[in-house]
Amino acid sequence: MTRRSDHFVLRVDPILCDGFGHCHELAPELVQVDEWGYPIIHDQATSTSELALLKSARLAVRGCPRQALRIERVTSHSETPR
Amino acid sequence: MMRDVTLPRVMWGASGRPLTLREHEMTFGAAKAGAALAGELEASGLMGRGGANFTTSKKVELLRAQRGHHKVLVVNAMEGEPVGHKDRTLLSTNPHLALDGAQYLAALIGARRVAVCVSRKDSAIVHHVQRALHERERRGGGPEFILHTPPWRYVAGEESALVHWLNDNETMPQYRPQRPHVLHVGRSPALVVNAETCAHVGLINRFGAHWFRELGTPSSPGSALVSVSGAVRRPTVLEVALGTPLRSILREAGADPDPLALLTGGYGGAWLDGEHLDAAYSNESLQPLGATVGAGILVVVPRGACGLAETQRIVKWMANESSRQCGPCAFGLPALAEDLGALLHGARDPHGVLVRLKERCSVIQGRGACRHPDGVVRLVASALTVFARHIEDHVSGSPCEALTTPRRWVAVPALEHESELVWE
Ligand code: SF4
Ligand code: SF4
Repeated sequence: MTRRSDHFVLRVDPILCDGFGHCHELAPELVQVDEWGYPIIHDQATSTSELALLKSARLAVRGCPRQALRIERVTSHSETPR
Repeated sequence: MMRDVTLPRVMWGASGRPLTLREHEMTFGAAKAGAALAGELEASGLMGRGGANFTTSKKVELLRAQRGHHKVLVVNAMEGEPVGHKDRTLLSTNPHLALDGAQYLAALIGARRVAVCVSRKDSAIVHHVQRALHERERRGGGPEFILHTPPWRYVAGEESALVHWLNDNETMPQYRPQRPHVLHVGRSPALVVNAETCAHVGLINRFGAHWFRELGTPSSPGSALVSVSGAVRRPTVLEVALGTPLRSILREAGADPDPLALLTGGYGGAWLDGEHLDAAYSNESLQPLGATVGAGILVVVPRGACGLAETQRIVKWMANESSRQCGPCAFGLPALAEDLGALLHGARDPHGVLVRLKERCSVIQGRGACRHPDGVVRLVASALTVFARHIEDHVSGSPCEALTTPRRWVAVPALEHESELVWE
């Protein structure tokens, strides 16, 4: 049994995102870009104990010029709808 | 009065013109108050008929759990699929049955307003609904019905786009991070229900869940409307029991009995190989074959047609119908259409194009704010499986007979602005 909210996923609002790809530069471990420059986000939940990853996720959230990114807390690996 | 279990149900009393309120009540009996509906609705297991394949009672429960007295019920008769005609046919036959269902659902969730949405393109349907609403207004009682006529676009009928229209006159989908998500019109929680679904609710409230389940299968109960077109004598809308073998639906529609393939579900649906005609028409039997009931659409494509050409036309049109809010959809879908065109008409490196097409499909999947791109990806993926051998011929450069004739089977509207497709 895992504790509540001990994992996170980075989520993008595709409508807000304008595809300049700052997030890819700020968090290359979590965000790839497609051929049009829009972010492809690693959709597996990451444990919050991976501090380096959490930190780059936070950097990406703060660095997104459109504020399109959000860190979502999830309970475990399984619960990642879409 | 207890209607016997035979078909038609929602099309009962069809006479080539909409039934008036009096005729409607003589046919189906007077509307009931709807107190017992919640239990009956759940017991009926009714699934929404709009294409999302979601249990109606679950949606209703979600809205019942919302607080406040200003909820809105939205009846969705936008019918964005160019090859779908079921909601239009229903509203030009039994408009009051759908409105009855809407009224019950409104009472159930505690909504005082019902927004009926019909695309303004269908002026005849707008007129029928207007008349029906006038009749109800003269009668008095019930919730306040308001008719809305958004412009016709493929995505305009997507529920968040419809609510967006009601709020801001924009037919664009909205981003919903949490699912299920409660949409709001202004500050009022809104329940969006397909028009055919409403008609079934109208019947369930009169005759009960037990009666409803006497047709259909345990997991897909009841009957459903299907628009059949393509290689048929005449495009029709049929009401069939869910679980009916595809073969008998095609026979009833006067379709080619030995087709190459069927387009199931709609433009955002999937191809089904013509050899699976014995499969039952229900999601549980079609899904393992990669197909879907979707928005109640079957397009019959005969042998000798080119599945790749049919797919390419659909995808090109769907790419143009993207609301272009999300990058992967706005750029990805035209790219898919382009790849399909290259495969169809010959490219310098067709193998490379095929590989790229598959890659692009998996990259685009799931990355839009709505499911528009996912539907297109599903269609393309199913075409790559169902027409694999024929596509192999295209890739290896053998000529395709069908390309020499202008005859195509899936009706696709003309693109308004062809040049807009490359959008940069
Ligand atoms: S930084 Fe923000 S706007 Fe830019 S690509 Fe990433 S998510 Fe999109
Ligand atoms: S996924 Fe496509 S159709 Fe849906 S909101 Fe985004 S751009 Fe519009």
